[in-house]
Amino acid sequence: MYRYDEFDARFVKERVAQFRRQVKRRLGGELTEDQFRPLRLMNGLYLQLHAYMLRINVPYGTLSSKQMRKFAYLARTYDRNYGHFTTRQNLQFNWIKLEQVPDILEHLAEVEVTSIQSSGNCVRNITSDQYAGRAKDELADPRVYCELLRQYSFLHPEFSYLPRKFKIAVTGSPNDRAAVAVHDIGLRMHENEQGEVGFEVLVGGGLGRTPYIGQTIRKWLAPQHLLSYVESILRVYNVHGRRDNIHKARIKIIVNQMGIDKYRALVDEDWEYTKDGALRVPEEEIARINAYFAPPQYEQLADETELLAKLRAGDRAFDRWVRGNVVEHKVPGYAIVNLSLKAPGKAPGDITADKMDAVADLADRYSMGEIRVSHRQNLVFVDVKQSELYELWHKLAALELATPNLGLLSDIICCPGLDFCALANARSIPIAQDISRAFTDLDELQKIGQFTINISGCMNACGHHHVGHIGILGVDKRGQEFFQLTLGGSSDQHASLGDRLGPGLPQAGVPAAIRKIVDTYLVIREHDERFLDTYRRVGIEPFKTAVYGDESQAA
Amino acid sequence: MPQMIIANRLRDGAVVFLAPGEAWEPSIAAGALIDDAAEATRLMAVAKRHEEECQVIDPQLIEVEIADGARRPTAIREAIRAFGPTVRTDLTEV
Repeated sequence: MYRYDEFDARFVKERVAQFRRQVKRRLGGELTEDQFRPLRLMNGLYLQLHAYMLRINVPYGTLSSKQMRKFAYLARTYDRNYGHFTTRQNLQFNWIKLEQVPDILEHLAEVEVTSIQSSGNCVRNITSDQYAGRAKDELADPRVYCELLRQYSFLHPEFSYLPRKFKIAVTGSPNDRAAVAVHDIGLRMHENEQGEVGFEVLVGGGLGRTPYIGQTIRKWLAPQHLLSYVESILRVYNVHGRRDNIHKARIKIIVNQMGIDKYRALVDEDWEYTKDGALRVPEEEIARINAYFAPPQYEQLADETELLAKLRAGDRAFDRWVRGNVVEHKVPGYAIVNLSLKAPGKAPGDITADKMDAVADLADRYSMGEIRVSHRQNLVFVDVKQSELYELWHKLAALELATPNLGLLSDIICCPGLDFCALANARSIPIAQDISRAFTDLDELQKIGQFTINISGCMNACGHHHVGHIGILGVDKRGQEFFQLTLGGSSDQHASLGDRLGPGLPQAGVPAAIRKIVDTYLVIREHDERFLDTYRRVGIEPFKTAVYGDESQAA
Repeated sequence: MPQMIIANRLRDGAVVFLAPGEAWEPSIAAGALIDDAAEATRLMAVAKRHEEECQVIDPQLIEVEIADGARRPTAIREAIRAFGPTVRTDLTEV
């Protein structure tokens, strides 16, 4: 991973000292909340229902064990013994005191972590594939380009006051695990006709109140042009993006308003000036950053086909876990292991301080000291020896981190919701808990197959409900919480937005509705169709009838 | 329906209620109940002054109902602020 050089370290230290002075002035009455708010947002500090919330960047979802241990220390010392991993691969603490934030930021700086630009109208954490650098289906490690863009956009003076937040995601694999199609800029690495690796550039994707799938602004972009081209996209947005209405200020609005062809023309016009100028990325620079992501020294191992077959035959639970949570590694003899933060009844993405420490220790022992965070709110060990899978599994199971539900129905994505968030209309976590407790039978989960449920407590869609196979949106109807379901969303390379099923359901009705949808699917599915495929084949009517009966009921 | 004034304390973000003597208390039971419009106006002015003095942020008047002697905000959101997240009841005991 990237390591701070002297410049970075000094800069972050000065930035923390600056914020310490700003906090002092706020507490001393010299700054009003209106004056202080933009300053604290630039450091990822929100005021929520119960306390301040601090959002900490985990660049492209990559953490060292040392950084994870620091998170555990902070959770114990400054929070209530836990943290929450988000749908942008970041970490949030929910119980922070303003007066302690400067100390927290200083602690984070010690391990090369910041919260700078995790909020505010600027380029946010650049996210990526949680298997980056290790997946068999990958062309190149996308994190190299995430880091290039991160360094470029970090406190960029021209783009520190964008009309609104700006989110970029990069995938190095044709199997998009980073949801690039629903980001402001999505970058998909692929080869052109000459066999050169570059980027398809998507622009104007997004969720929230007005969801859009990103459109292709450029079919293939050479790596040396990445910064200049992205800059032109940002510059055109900065100039033309709306600032009169917070709900119309994202780039997706303006791209769809003027049309992709017009937007592209404006970008190309700007790009003509800068294309091969100072922002042209030299090969040496790409090589330099590439070196930070050099894979570890692997042993020369063979795949443990026989050993694993034997162990799996002898232990059904281990077999289930390997089938569910273990993914092929590009290097023989190794494996990628998913740690589920979705045990039945747990709040998705939450992890206690003790478990953070345990995960750090296991990472050191089994996975070269590195941990990945997935936007699906799980953790990953990307370099585990196949010969050690069985031993590791036992330890993960003891920590409740081995629920074999990756990508299955109970692997729910869920925002913090009205229990924590000042923006929410309804509570989301109890819905996730109710559903996961209603579907604990592992055989059934496997029978149902690939199934994503995404829950958002409000239209801001932090739970990405628009792109869930089932999306659940919490709404406020006359002071009561109701939940609208959508069907058929997907965030992968065949991205789609879900269709509204019908009127909102009360909280108690949601698990039953999910059950009815699942039962209907199991009856009408053909061969091994996923739920999503069945839905795309048959449409919404059978599911609408199953949940609402032959006549829609008003909620 | 009686009202109370709720805010977040500046230094730690904790939920507090305006109490007798112009103090701010974390417990809803210790806050001042407001029964008429004139009192509401007077106390909101106090709360706003405290906001300017950088004690609290965003004071709001909220409705509370009283059942079995216990006070409860009528809006779900304010009830969650008063009593803590419904999902992690262990978190409200620090």
